[in-house]
Formats: sequence, structure tokens, C-alpha cells
Amino acid sequence: MAANVLQSAPAQTYDVERVRRDFPILARHVHGKPLVYLDSAASSQRPLPVIEAVVRYEKNSHSNVHRGVHALSQEATEAFEGARDRVRRFINAHSTREIIFTRGTTEAINLVAQSYARSRFGKGDEILITALEHHANIVPWQMVCEQTGCTLKVAPIDRRGELLLDRFVELLSPRTKLVAVAHVSNALGTVLPLKRIVEAAHAHGAVVLVDGAQAVPHSRVDVRALEADFYAFSSHKLYGPTGIGVLYGRDSLLEAMPPWQGGGDMIRTVTFERSTYNDLPWKFEAGTPNMSGAVGLAAAMDYVDELGLDAIAGHEQHLLKVATSELTRIPGIEIIGTAAHKASVLSFTMTGVHPHDIGTILDAEGVAVRTGHHCAMPVMEFFEVPATARASFGCYNTVEEVGKLVAALQKVREVFG
Amino acid sequence: MELKDLYRDVILDHNRTPRNFGHIENPDARADGHNPLCGDRLTISLRLNGDRVEDVRFEGKGCAISTASASMMTEAVKGKDRAAIGELFTKVHTLLTEQGSMPAPDLGKLAALSGVREFPARVKCASLCWHTLNAALEQGNATISTE
Repeated sequence: MAANVLQSAPAQTYDVERVRRDFPILARHVHGKPLVYLDSAASSQRPLPVIEAVVRYEKNSHSNVHRGVHALSQEATEAFEGARDRVRRFINAHSTREIIFTRGTTEAINLVAQSYARSRFGKGDEILITALEHHANIVPWQMVCEQTGCTLKVAPIDRRGELLLDRFVELLSPRTKLVAVAHVSNALGTVLPLKRIVEAAHAHGAVVLVDGAQAVPHSRVDVRALEADFYAFSSHKLYGPTGIGVLYGRDSLLEAMPPWQGGGDMIRTVTFERSTYNDLPWKFEAGTPNMSGAVGLAAAMDYVDELGLDAIAGHEQHLLKVATSELTRIPGIEIIGTAAHKASVLSFTMTGVHPHDIGTILDAEGVAVRTGHHCAMPVMEFFEVPATARASFGCYNTVEEVGKLVAALQKVREVFG
Repeated sequence: MELKDLYRDVILDHNRTPRNFGHIENPDARADGHNPLCGDRLTISLRLNGDRVEDVRFEGKGCAISTASASMMTEAVKGKDRAAIGELFTKVHTLLTEQGSMPAPDLGKLAALSGVREFPARVKCASLCWHTLNAALEQGNATISTE
């Protein structure tokens, strides 16, 4: 690798070797080679403090929440509601009434689609998304369009993978009832100009939902500063457990929305004639929730706050810079997604080699990357590729691992000639 | 798990220069195959003479395994009747999925696919063309998916 790139150390002193020791899975070997995990955008690994928090809850405090007067039920409730407050602080929400626990980003978006949009929208109304959305921020709105007769509009992107903001603004009108945008593109890494999107949408009276799944691990998200009406994200991309995520919603909006799923916990009283619903946030949490997941998510937030999100982002940006520079040098590699402002996601193709073959050969070298359409088929269609290979970097990746990626890509060239 | 078992010379060769690539004008049967997991798509068109596949072509975009498998398949089935193709498919399927099985002696070049079973994520890449051919033979005009 080029010496000049290797020597350009990140601005912060960031002890990545210490961070790596917190992640037991990184000591693993795969096919006899040390694991090089470059797939954190699909799901990040868990540090010991998260694993231990979950185990501690399971060993000592588990019971059902919001029920019963016994000690364990109260401890479980405190742990669960304590996690909710941890989330509130993490994204700077005004109140825990605005923090709904869901199964993940996908369920959070579906909740807004089915509770907010479906009950309000009709023929002539429009939902505006962008051309770089994940399927989870496309399909729920298509379902609402089928259910209500409203129309889905799509703001285009350019060849670098940047949103054409002018075209986006042109598509806004009094008919636009909701704007649903990614904060960061999972397939391309593009960071969207959220402040300007939100301002423009609000100027037209549209409500804004942000899919923050790829943003939360890489930057400090302040929902009040962003002025987003809804913000959705998942725990498992933020070094927390799977099966839990968050919907932040503005109190006044959530309050006016009908419940989505019915069941225990979301009710105040039930008779066969009529039921009344619980207060926020529980109105949207039918059934026994994922308590250990919430506890793990809170521990993950403690963990990234201790490392410092700015320090993590600085480290990841350094890796992205090195990797981009190194991959650009390899003949036949084309980087897909070259926006000026990117998160640490590097999608690429290689002339004459299908991404699946790249993935298999990299895997044999211990290097885990994602290959495929990244749940963003329209993005693949726009760039006229069936799929890409995607390396994504997290708080625990190293410059040496970027070197291993580059060496493994040379191996791909050797196999395919 | 050895990469050279997967990417054998014959497979790399058929990937680089696929045989019978393209389509037959006004085919007697055709089918589209799709693997939504990786985005692979291929179309198979057939010229039939009674029960016999007189000509077969494929086109589409796919990985090396899927392209080579389709290319070798077209060579193997040309001139065969439905019953013989069905038998061949069974043998290929066994080869792709059953650990430790020896390639049937009459598989010819197709035996080069035996390395695929060590890579479970890639078995569908190799079998997509066969399922698509089956669909074309059974339904005359169809779209099939691996999922």
C-alpha cells in the first residue's frame, strides 16, 4: 500500500486495538484466516459490555414488565424503562413519550405507514421518497398507496449518488403529505442534506420521516436539532442486539395517531364492547416487549458514548479515505457512490467479475463483505449493475484490514485473470 | 474448502466465453430465471423437435458459477429428449447437494461443478439454469425464481 496514505493518521488519537479487545468475535478465524469483518453496515458486532448487560439481565432481573408487584417484575420494568430514557438522551428527544420500541427500523417505518399515513391519506395526496432508499423505506409506502389511493413520488439522484436537491424541492407541493428519506444510504454511503430536506418539506406542510438505520452508528443524531417528525433506527447496526429498534415521533403526532397493533400493554381498559388505550409510548407497544434487547441497546449507547461518536466517525472516515484511495488504484474496480459527504460504506464492482464471485474469494481469505443488491434494487438499476460488493467500516476496523481487503482483491484478479 | 475446487479451469473458461449465448428467434419454448438474492437473471430459449431439444440458447447476467453452469448445460442437453434431460438434471442435483457423492460417470464436463457443494451459498447459482430449463420444458413460457 502507498506509504503516504498509510502515514496520514486520523486527527484524533484513537486506540483501535483497545476497542478490538472489547469485541470477542474479532478474535475468530474464518477458513483458517483471521476474520476481517467489513460488513458492519449489514450488522455490527457486539462489544463485551453489551453482551454482559444482556446476560446480567437474563441471569438476575428477567420477568415480565409493567405487570405484577413482585421484585423481579419491578426490576425488569426499571431496566426496560431505564433503557427508554437512555435512548431519549442518546437522540436528545424531549420526553420518553416520544420513544417507541420496535423490532427495528423496518417495523418503525411500517408503524408510521400504517398508523399515521393510512388513516389520513387519500386520492390526490403524495408521499415523496428518494431514489436511494432501502426497500424498507419504499415498500411500506407502496402498501399505503395501494390501501389509500395516494401516490408515491421519487426524487432522483445523480451519478455520484447524491440527491438532486433542486429536483426534490420541485417535487414538493401542497399535495405532499409525507417525506420519507434515508439519513445515510446503505448501498452508497451518501449522507443526505437532512436539514435542508426537512426545512423544504416543512415549508410545504409535509411531515418528515427519517430512516436513520445507517446514520446513528456514525454521527451524533439530535432529533430536536434536525426537527424531524419521525426518526427510525435499529439497535443491531449500533453494536446492540438484533430484534430491537426505535421509532422517535413528535409527541403531538404520536398522540393523535391510532394504535397500530392491539394486545396487552397497549390498553388501559378492555371490555367486549370497547377498549381504551394506554398513554404514550405504550399505546404503540402491544404485547411483551424485547426487554433484554432494550437493555443491550442501552449498553451499546453507553459504549459508543464512551468511545465518543466523533472519535469513531473520525477513525471510520480515515479508513474510508485509505480504502477509497487504495481501491481506486486497482485496475477494473469502479466505486459506486462517490458523494462528497459519505459514511464509511464503500460499494464497488470489478470488470469481468460478478460481485458474488468477489464475495466468495474474499470470504476464503477471511474477509467478510456484503455482496448483492443491498435491499436497494432501484439503486442497482440506476447504476445499471445487478449487484455490488460492499465493504463497510465500524469502530473496530483497522488500516491493516483495509490492506487485507486490497490483497484479497488482488487474489480475485489472480483467479479470474 | 478450496477456491480452486470451485473455480476450475473449465468453469472459468465457460464464464469467459459462454457457449450458446444469445436467444432463438420465435422459440418453441422459453423461460426466465431469477435469483433475487444476488440479482442473477437468465433467459433460456428452446427449439424443439417433438420431444427433443434441437437447439438451446441462454442469455442474461450472472456470476461465474451461474454463467458457466448455464453454458455447460446448453452443451449437455442439445439433442437430448425430455427423459434424458430429466435424468441428467437429477444427476447434477445430486452432484451439487450430496456431500461425498461421486460424479456420475456420464456427466462429462458437468462434473466440474462438484466443487460448488463446498460453498452452500453458491449452490443456487449453479442450479438456476436447470430450474429455468425445466420451466421452459414443462410450461413453454414461464418465469421462475430460486426463492
